[in-house]
Amino acid sequence: MTSGDRKRTWIGLAFVSPWLIGFAAFTLYPVCASIYFSFCDYDVLSPPVWVGTLNYQDMVTDSVFWQSVWNTLLFNLMALPVGLVSALALALLLNQPVRLRGIFRAIYYLPSLVPAVASAMVWLWILNGRLGLLNQALVAIGISHPPQWLGDPAWAKPSLALVSLWGCGNTVVIYLAALQGVPRSLLEAAMIDGASAWKRLLNVTLPAISPVIYFNLLIGIIGGLQVFTTAFVMGGAERSTLFYAIYIYQNAFEYRHMGYASAMAWILCLMILALTWMASRLSRSRVHYQGD
Amino acid sequence: MRITAKFSIYLVLVAGAAMFILPFAWMVLTALKPLNQTLRQSHLWLPRRFEAPLEGRVQEVWPGAAVTEPSVWAREQGAAQPVALPEGSIRDDAWQPATGAPLPIVILKRIPASAASPWREISDLKGLSRDVVPEASVRSRIVFRWENFPSAVHAMRHFSRYLANTLILCVLNVIGTVLSSAAVAYGFSRLEWRGRDRLFGLLLGTMMIPFPVVMVPLYGLFRWLGWVGTLQPLWVGSFFASAFNVFLLRQFFRTIPKDLSEAARIDGCGEFRIFWQIILPLCRPALVVVALFTFLGAWNDFLGPLIYLTDEKDFTLALGLQAMKTSESGATEWHYLMAASTLVILPVITLFFVAQRSFIEGIALTGTKA
Repeated sequence: MTSGDRKRTWIGLAFVSPWLIGFAAFTLYPVCASIYFSFCDYDVLSPPVWVGTLNYQDMVTDSVFWQSVWNTLLFNLMALPVGLVSALALALLLNQPVRLRGIFRAIYYLPSLVPAVASAMVWLWILNGRLGLLNQALVAIGISHPPQWLGDPAWAKPSLALVSLWGCGNTVVIYLAALQGVPRSLLEAAMIDGASAWKRLLNVTLPAISPVIYFNLLIGIIGGLQVFTTAFVMGGAERSTLFYAIYIYQNAFEYRHMGYASAMAWILCLMILALTWMASRLSRSRVHYQGD
Repeated sequence: MRITAKFSIYLVLVAGAAMFILPFAWMVLTALKPLNQTLRQSHLWLPRRFEAPLEGRVQEVWPGAAVTEPSVWAREQGAAQPVALPEGSIRDDAWQPATGAPLPIVILKRIPASAASPWREISDLKGLSRDVVPEASVRSRIVFRWENFPSAVHAMRHFSRYLANTLILCVLNVIGTVLSSAAVAYGFSRLEWRGRDRLFGLLLGTMMIPFPVVMVPLYGLFRWLGWVGTLQPLWVGSFFASAFNVFLLRQFFRTIPKDLSEAARIDGCGEFRIFWQIILPLCRPALVVVALFTFLGAWNDFLGPLIYLTDEKDFTLALGLQAMKTSESGATEWHYLMAASTLVILPVITLFFVAQRSFIEGIALTGTKA
C-alpha cells in the first residue's frame, strides 16, 4: 500500500466515521446483545441470567404468542393484496391523461403523511359502533345491525386493513413513477399490432413495472409484519388486533420479559427472511429487469 | 379514447378522492361541533347552534327528547329538577307521589293534546334549567365552534410542552441526519479507498435488521446512560447517519461528474472543502428530500417516545394525543380529540403543500432507484 493509498483510506474512513461509530453502538452491539438476551432471563433492572433455549421453548406453548402470529398473518393476508392492487389501480388511472391530475395525486397521497396516532383517532371515531359515521351511513341505507368494527373480533382486522388502505398513497406514487418509465415505443408497437388496452396492460405495462411491484411487495411484507402504532392505539376487541410487534412491546416494556421479547424479535427476523425468500422464489420468473 | 371510457375514469377518480377526503372532512367538522352534537345517534353534517325561548328570552339550548302529549311539566318547589307528569294526576299546588307526602310543585306548562304541534324537551347549555317548547320554536343555524381548538389545547394539559418537545426532536433529527448522512454518503461515493465497497455492503445489510431486534438492547444502553425519560435517546442516534438516507444521497452524489472534484483537487482544495462548498450545494434537492422525510419521521414517531418518555409532561404531540384518548374518564370528548388531531395533522399537510415537488420526487426516488 502506497502512502497515497493509506492517506486516501484514512480520509474515506474519516468521512464514514459517523456511520462506523453509530453502527458499532446502535447496531452491532444491540444485535449481539439481543442474541445473548434471547437466551437469558432479563428484566433490565438486574443482570441477565442464562436460561438456555427456555425462551424459545416457552414460545411453543404460549397461546398468546401463536395468536399474535396468526393475527399478524391474517391481517397481512387481507391488507397487503388489497393495498397493492388498489394502489396499482389508482396509479394506472392517475397515469391517464386526465385533467387536475396534480390535485388528484395530492388527495390520494395526503393520508399517507398523516401521523399514525392521528389517523388512528380519526378512524376510531368513524368506526365507532354507536356514533360512528360509517355505521350511521349503514343504518341510513337500511342495515339495521351494522358490525361493531373494532368492538367485534371478527371485524377488527378488516377495520385496520381499511385504515391501512387509506394510507396507500405512498405506494401509488411509487407505482406512478414506475409507470412513467414504461417505454412508450413498446406501448405504441403493441397498439399498432392491434393489442387491446387490457392486453397492453397485461403484456407490456405490468412486465415493465414488475420490479417495482416486487419492491412494493417486499416493503409491504417487511412493514406488515412489524405493524404497531395503528393497532396499538385502536386496540380491537379480545386480542383480535394483538399483533406480533405489539406482543413484543408488551413483553419488553409491560411485563419486563426482555429476554422473551428478544427471542420473539429473532423469530420475527426469521419470519421476514422466510417470507421474502418465498416472495423472491414466486416472482423469479415473473419479474423482468430492463437491460439485464 | 372513447368518451365513455374517459367518463368512467373520472367517475372512479372523483369517487375515490371523495372517500380519501371524507375522514379529513369528518375530523374537522367534528372538531367544530359542540359535544352534544357528537353524541347524537343521527349526526348533523354541519355544526349547528340551537336556540329557543327559555325563561323569557331566546337562548342557546340543547334539544332533548321529544315530549309525548298530553303531559304537564311541573317543577318541585325549591329544587331545579322538573318533573313530567301525566295530565289528570295533578292539582295545581301539589302532587301526590305513589308513596309519601304530597310535594309542593309549580306547574310550568301544560302541553295540549294535539298531534299537529310536536313539543321538544330543551335545556340550557349548563343543564341547570330544563323546559319544553313547541318544536317549531326551536331554531338552528350553522355555527362553527372555533373555540373548540383552544379548549382542546387546554384539555391536552401540556400542549405547549408537547409541541416544544416535538419541534426540538424534529430540528435535531433533521440537522443530525442531513449532516451525518451527507458526510457518510460522500465517503461512500466521491472517494476511492480500500474496503469502501465492502463497508457499503455492510451498511446496506443493516437495513434488513428489523427494529424489534435492537429494541431491547438499545433500551438497556440508554438506561445505562441515564437517558430514559429524556429526549436524548430520540435524537442522538440521528447524528450517526442512517443507512437508508446514506443510500439515497449516495445515488445523488454519484451523478455529479468526477472531473469537478478532480479540478478542485488540482487547485489544492481539501477534501472537506470540496464536500462542503462544491458537492453539498449541488445536491440541495436531495438534501431537502432527506430533511423533509426526517422531519416527518420525527413528527410522526410514536414507538420511540412511547418507549423512552416516561413522564406525561415530557411527551411529544403524538404521545400526548394518545394520552388524551386514554385519560378520558368515561365518555370520550370526540370534538376535542378531533380538534387536537387536526392540530397534529395540520403542520404535516401544510408542509406537503409548501414542498409538494420534493415530496413526490423523494417518494418516486425511493421506489425506482432501490
